[in-house]
Amino acid sequence: MSLRVLAPGLLTTIQDLGRTGSRHLGVGRAGALDAYSHSIANLLVGNRVDAATLEINLAGPTLACTRAAVIAVCGADIEARIDGQSLPGWRPVRVPAGATVSLGPCRNGARAYLAVAGGFTVASVLGSASTDLRGGFGGVHGRALQRGDTLSFPPMQVATDAVRIPGWWIDPSPELQWDVPAVARVLPPSDSEPSPHGLFATTWRITSASNRQGLRMEGRVLAPGDSTGRISEPVAPGTIQLPADGRPIVLLADAQTHGGYPRIGHVIRADWPRLAQLRPGEALRFRPCTHDEARQARLDQARRLARIALAITARSPGAKADR
Amino acid sequence: MAIVERATADQLPAIDRLGEDALLLRFGDAIDASTNARVHALSRQIARIRPAWLLDIVPAYATLALFLDIDAHPDLDMQADAIGWLRRQAFVESSSDEGRLVRIPVRYGGDDGPDLADVAAHAGMTVADVVALHASGRYTVAMLGFAPGFPYLLGLDKTLAMPRLATPRLHVQAGSVGIGGEQAGIYPRSGPGGWRIIGRTSKLLFDPAREPPALLAPGDRVEFVSAADP
Repeated sequence: MSLRVLAPGLLTTIQDLGRTGSRHLGVGRAGALDAYSHSIANLLVGNRVDAATLEINLAGPTLACTRAAVIAVCGADIEARIDGQSLPGWRPVRVPAGATVSLGPCRNGARAYLAVAGGFTVASVLGSASTDLRGGFGGVHGRALQRGDTLSFPPMQVATDAVRIPGWWIDPSPELQWDVPAVARVLPPSDSEPSPHGLFATTWRITSASNRQGLRMEGRVLAPGDSTGRISEPVAPGTIQLPADGRPIVLLADAQTHGGYPRIGHVIRADWPRLAQLRPGEALRFRPCTHDEARQARLDQARRLARIALAITARSPGAKADR
Repeated sequence: MAIVERATADQLPAIDRLGEDALLLRFGDAIDASTNARVHALSRQIARIRPAWLLDIVPAYATLALFLDIDAHPDLDMQADAIGWLRRQAFVESSSDEGRLVRIPVRYGGDDGPDLADVAAHAGMTVADVVALHASGRYTVAMLGFAPGFPYLLGLDKTLAMPRLATPRLHVQAGSVGIGGEQAGIYPRSGPGGWRIIGRTSKLLFDPAREPPALLAPGDRVEFVSAADP
């Protein structure tokens, strides 16, 4: 036993970088919605970026730590405490055995990631530890955490009798900046078809019907180009769908593999972390983008992550950061 | 057994980019058996070669998506490279049907098929005739989607077509055999659903711990067998 769930939070799931190789069976990608924050949380505790973390949604769990551990919380700016003491994010924190870690509401952002040194011990199902809520597998019995669950992690010989918080931390900008309006860059739906102009001319608001499958938005009603006789086609995380009601949906990691609604664009990967952090009621604008720009943005983000990995290794003697 | 064979690098379907890491090959834009057979024929040929950079091959009714491992070469335009690769292959245009035949026992009607009587009334047939017609059909798995292991089946006799429920059920039992418009399908898990349910199978459609996890694969042929039959 390592972490016991005293209270589960709103929707707390085990996630890693997601599942590939089974899409033809109707199995979606799943995985951390904000893979950037998930990866940094892992790097901070010396894990590979693809180790399983806890994805916390809007309000977090309360966890009893039955063994000393090193943890890191990244992503949303979340109210977090260890035995009443404030737990700051974006740095590795030593937690003594017997401590209680309480993750409260997210102050900014919507998804926080809790990594533990050694990674959570979760069986790999179809190549990933990620929870597939639709399929009911992966993670902890294919569902969100419940009170009474226990999460194991390998013994890491952490010697500490008190909470130890380092004086340095990782700055997640420009990926996550709470005071900057969210803008998502969009590739056209196909080489021959442009995204509707109204998509870019509107400030969209995230609705409370959003979840890990998709961000639902309102702002204006877009006219679907040819909504008649559309048959189901493969879709992907990032795909922007336009249902008959004219309100676009951006598909996220838990999206189903096929969809019958017209596609009006694709949000580029580099902007998925920011999308994942949008809360109901928050504003989002879209901006058109080319494939070259998308590749450059992805490359830049990967380089920032690589630099962060190096910086963490330099700060944490003995810590492995072999990605 | 290839019925039609035409050689053809230049007869590839239209290819589009799907987001950053996938391609969408389009054979048509309608639900019909011959278009779908072409999708599966090319899908199988690509699966046989399966280059290391190809992560997922996802068939649909009239399209085929290829998901690429773009992180392996982050500075390259992998989509352009993959299109070039596809054009260099000597794929054979074929409508051969290589899918396995899978027989699925079904208990029709009663609690297992709460909409059977409505489907019969809608078709103007007796319940027995609906069962006989449904069970005599030869179906093809056009694709798996909606949920892990959910087969979209082609081949439903048009007389049995019936629109979905106006209000979806909150709870459809796992294994429920349904009709949604002109499509037929089977629910792998219990959950909400709007298709007309005419029967139920005890076969497990999807088990992530099984190899392969899905009972059916895209392109498989399916026959329903009334469990009441000897």
